[in-house]
Amino acid sequence: MSESSYDAIVVGAGPAGVSAALIMARQGLKVALLERGEYPGAKNVQGAVLYSRMLHEIIPNFWKEGGAPLERPVVEQKTCIATENSWVTFGYKSRKFLEGVPNAYTIIRARFDQWYAAQAEAAGVELFCGVTVRELIRKEGRIIGVKTADGDTLEASVVVACDGVNSFLAQKAGFIDEWKPTEVALGAKEVLALDSSVIEERFGLEPGEGSTLEIFGSVTLGMLGYAFLYTNKESVSLGVGCRLSDYQAKGIRPSDHLELVKKHPAISRLIAGAKTLEYSSHLIPEGGLKSMPPLFADGFLVAGDAAQMSNAAFREGSNLAMTAGKLAGETVAQAKVQGDFSAKTLSLYAEKLKSSYILPDMEETKDLEHSISSNPGFLEFYPQLACDLAHLRFSVDGRPKREHLKDAFRLLRRRGFIQIAKDLWPLRKAAL
Amino acid sequence: MSPETKPEMTVEAKLGTLEWKKSPETHISLRDATGTAPCVVKCQDKPCVSVCPAKVYEWEADHQKIVVNYENCIECGACRMLCPFDNIICDWPLGGMGVKYKYG
Repeated sequence: MSESSYDAIVVGAGPAGVSAALIMARQGLKVALLERGEYPGAKNVQGAVLYSRMLHEIIPNFWKEGGAPLERPVVEQKTCIATENSWVTFGYKSRKFLEGVPNAYTIIRARFDQWYAAQAEAAGVELFCGVTVRELIRKEGRIIGVKTADGDTLEASVVVACDGVNSFLAQKAGFIDEWKPTEVALGAKEVLALDSSVIEERFGLEPGEGSTLEIFGSVTLGMLGYAFLYTNKESVSLGVGCRLSDYQAKGIRPSDHLELVKKHPAISRLIAGAKTLEYSSHLIPEGGLKSMPPLFADGFLVAGDAAQMSNAAFREGSNLAMTAGKLAGETVAQAKVQGDFSAKTLSLYAEKLKSSYILPDMEETKDLEHSISSNPGFLEFYPQLACDLAHLRFSVDGRPKREHLKDAFRLLRRRGFIQIAKDLWPLRKAAL
Repeated sequence: MSPETKPEMTVEAKLGTLEWKKSPETHISLRDATGTAPCVVKCQDKPCVSVCPAKVYEWEADHQKIVVNYENCIECGACRMLCPFDNIICDWPLGGMGVKYKYG
């Protein structure tokens, strides 16, 4: 590895790190991108839904040119509220999602991340894989580089920590201690092989088009989380993620939990006969704004999962990482022009995050998880209520409809109208 | 299309779908691995044993100790946060070693 000094060292070749490195290299900065995996993506796990807009702002029209490994454009998104053997489905399907900048694509992260890192390399970023950063190097209080596990020392004006949810760099910088089990979710996933024609038939899709399905309710066994099923080209990604503290209390292994999810009738038919290609598991930052560490110090920036940048209520994370990486890159480029990499100059990064959608969205949803997790009604009462009400609505049982209505009121009165209003009010933050 | 339930797939079978670049040395250790470690004397539930998604931790009742199968580790990091006694040191495998997701 070159011993020369860099304008910036980016640690972690995921969505945040590659975005930061790419933006800086384009501005003529000398950038080293360090990845501990054998290749970018080797250690990364996501559902995965890629929101196009944020990547389009970095690589315009990436879906048309440039050979990005995309699976299917998402034209339909569904949410199920399930009990053990019944479920209510809300869904929205529209080909408008394909117009202009298509809204979202399913992707396979190991493939996508290698492609994305290659775009950064093409822009001049020096990518080093198989490199684990051990220490931050400081001089007079400011961070001036990193020391790798192999003993190499690399110096730079700025170190950008994009090393994911287990950010040892944010820990070494003294920004965080260790996440509490309430601040992260543990996800387990399988990629299951299915022929494209079978996927299209089972999910009611036109050739090449994709859908997403999230399932709340009984599938999480009383834990805070949800299961998901996304369509890839010739496979589906089935996963479940719940708060780590809930797994801790329940003492169930996520891999076994996933087996139970597979048996739910809303899922089982869709994945019947599919062979598991790969199992994976990963932590997901879910502490939100309240868990967000400081974002900058002298010669140091943090972006992506490392900074708890995710919006679980909207299934967003990697898009926040890309935007944050881009803003971090722009900040460093500006700092270079000024020749000053102090915290004061780098605080521009926080200003940029405030002016973007990232901090406003995280501000908006910061109490949402607490409202839901502190209210056991969401995990049991409401899924049952939704199914019972739907059952009444769709049953023709020879009774006058006004009796159905009385039954419905009886169901609602179990919790009380005021309580229901109180329960549902916080959910407005997840509605739009 | 008739509903059909897939047969139960054990965590071992799931791990069988994965590839690792095997490291000759462990990246996981217990701060206290003695006979008086909290795992032995205090920890009733042993969430590392029951929750670790790669079954890295096993309780050997005969020898009253936790066995760490670091080769299974898929580097999620949950064990550090799961341990009620902060007794797990889970670092990264070095130099590109460890799990290699093909899909991820």
